Amino acid sequence: MLYTNLNHIESAAEHQKVISENENVMICCGRMGPMCIPVYEIMEELEPQYPHVKFYDMEFDNPDARVIREAPECRGFMGLPFTVYYKNGKIVKATSSIQTMDQVKSILNQEFGVPVTA
Amino acid sequence: MMKSDIHYDVIVLGAGPAGLTAGIYLSRARIRTLIINEGTVGGQMVLTHEIANYPGVETTSGYQLSGIMKKQARSFGCDIVGNASLRELMLEGPVKMVRLSDGREYSASAIILAPGGRPRQLGVPGEETFRGKGISYCATCDGDFFTGKEIIVVGGGNSALEEAVSLTKYASRVTIVHQFDHFQAFEYAIEEARNNPSIRFILSSTIAAFHGNEKLQSVDIKNLLTGELHNMPIDGVFVFIGYVPNTEFLRGKLNLNEYGEILVNANMETGINGVFAAGDAVAKRFRQITTAVGDGTVAALAAAQYVYTFRQQKQAEAVKIN
Ligand SMILES: Cc1cc2nc3c(=O)[nH]c(=O)nc-3n(C[C@H](O)[C@H](O)[C@H](O)COP(=O)(O)OP(=O)(O)OC[C@H]3O[C@@H](n4cnc5c(N)ncnc54)[C@H](O)[C@@H]3O)c2cc1C
Repeated sequence: MLYTNLNHIESAAEHQKVISENENVMICCGRMGPMCIPVYEIMEELEPQYPHVKFYDMEFDNPDARVIREAPECRGFMGLPFTVYYKNGKIVKATSSIQTMDQVKSILNQEFGVPVTA
Repeated sequence: MMKSDIHYDVIVLGAGPAGLTAGIYLSRARIRTLIINEGTVGGQMVLTHEIANYPGVETTSGYQLSGIMKKQARSFGCDIVGNASLRELMLEGPVKMVRLSDGREYSASAIILAPGGRPRQLGVPGEETFRGKGISYCATCDGDFFTGKEIIVVGGGNSALEEAVSLTKYASRVTIVHQFDHFQAFEYAIEEARNNPSIRFILSSTIAAFHGNEKLQSVDIKNLLTGELHNMPIDGVFVFIGYVPNTEFLRGKLNLNEYGEILVNANMETGINGVFAAGDAVAKRFRQITTAVGDGTVAALAAAQYVYTFRQQKQAEAVKIN
């Protein structure tokens, strides 16, 4: 169980539903570890600023997290967390290990578009 | 001169244990306090899986301890802005100013600098490319990716030697690469590493470059005595070569020593009126959560005194004018 304020994905079926029903999805797959927690916190902070993106986490040790662990885009990854970005159900970007706020924002802006502020 | 959106008595830059402690003490003394933090609230504490040496708290995780400190600071009315990006800082004069990249501006009568430190990187070609793809800075996080594999640990201090030993739980062989011909670690850590049959040593050497395709495949190791380079196939490299203070943004603004650490006196005062500093970014010998908390306490009490005096002076001036 990940103790974050993000929505959790707990099965492969749920993962499939989320990425097929939403255009832009970011999922951070990790543990409650030192390299993962900062990424969850960044996502929690960005969630209200990016209403056109759905933010989720998934526990790395959940057997169903193989949908992320074994994705071809994550081949060669050897650092937690694995963070994947989906557009219309397809992975458009994946990163391994800790990321900064600027790195996450720059991927979100590039792949899903800069949020429109009122 | 900048004009701020909101005025506080004290602004604390950094929400590691030093900054959070300062926030707790100041807010509890009813001093209007804002903590601004770049990165995750909790600082390096969050990078610590297990903390067993914080008095009064049985073994806990850094995440839990920082969560409690944050809650405590907020409960006394301290405002905290996390994941901020600092654009401009004005330390001189009676009113200090902070501007963030998103345009928000804050002013205060006093500032406490508690920006802490971050892991030192090797800064050699390939390091960025293979971070998370063979290069790691956290043994507890990524050790199990290297089960049955050969890895290198870079460094010669306590962290490097202790983590090298712990990584032998996973890796088939661990090679410690260290720039000197001796270690800076405590004797017990050196003994433990030397007695471990899965650990070997390459001394007076450093990593000059990382190579690979999708993931790390080899490194160039440079012998610092002969200048000779040799390529070594490897699955993973863990880097533990110490920490650097996060003080680049203070260069030219106040007194730093040759390592970039902030110079303070016993009251945590810098050379500038109303500017205090605390925690790992300060020039000192020992860097622990307890020492950061101690620094944060002293800086907060000294800043509180400064704010009270500042208020009294302003009141006296107002009376004179009337
Ligand atoms: C892996 C690891 C294990 C450790 N284990 C232990 C242990 O078991 N026991 C122990 O006592 N100590 C331990 N330590 C040391 C301890 O974590 C540090 O000494 C302590 O966190 C220092 O506190 P600090 O508040 O000075 O700085 P930090 O914890 O570094 O926090 C500083 C904060 O300020 C932020 N910041 C940086 N620049 C700016 C800026 N310009 N503006 C605003 N914010 C900024 C940073 O992002 C960070 O969040 C460990 C450290 C590490 C890395």
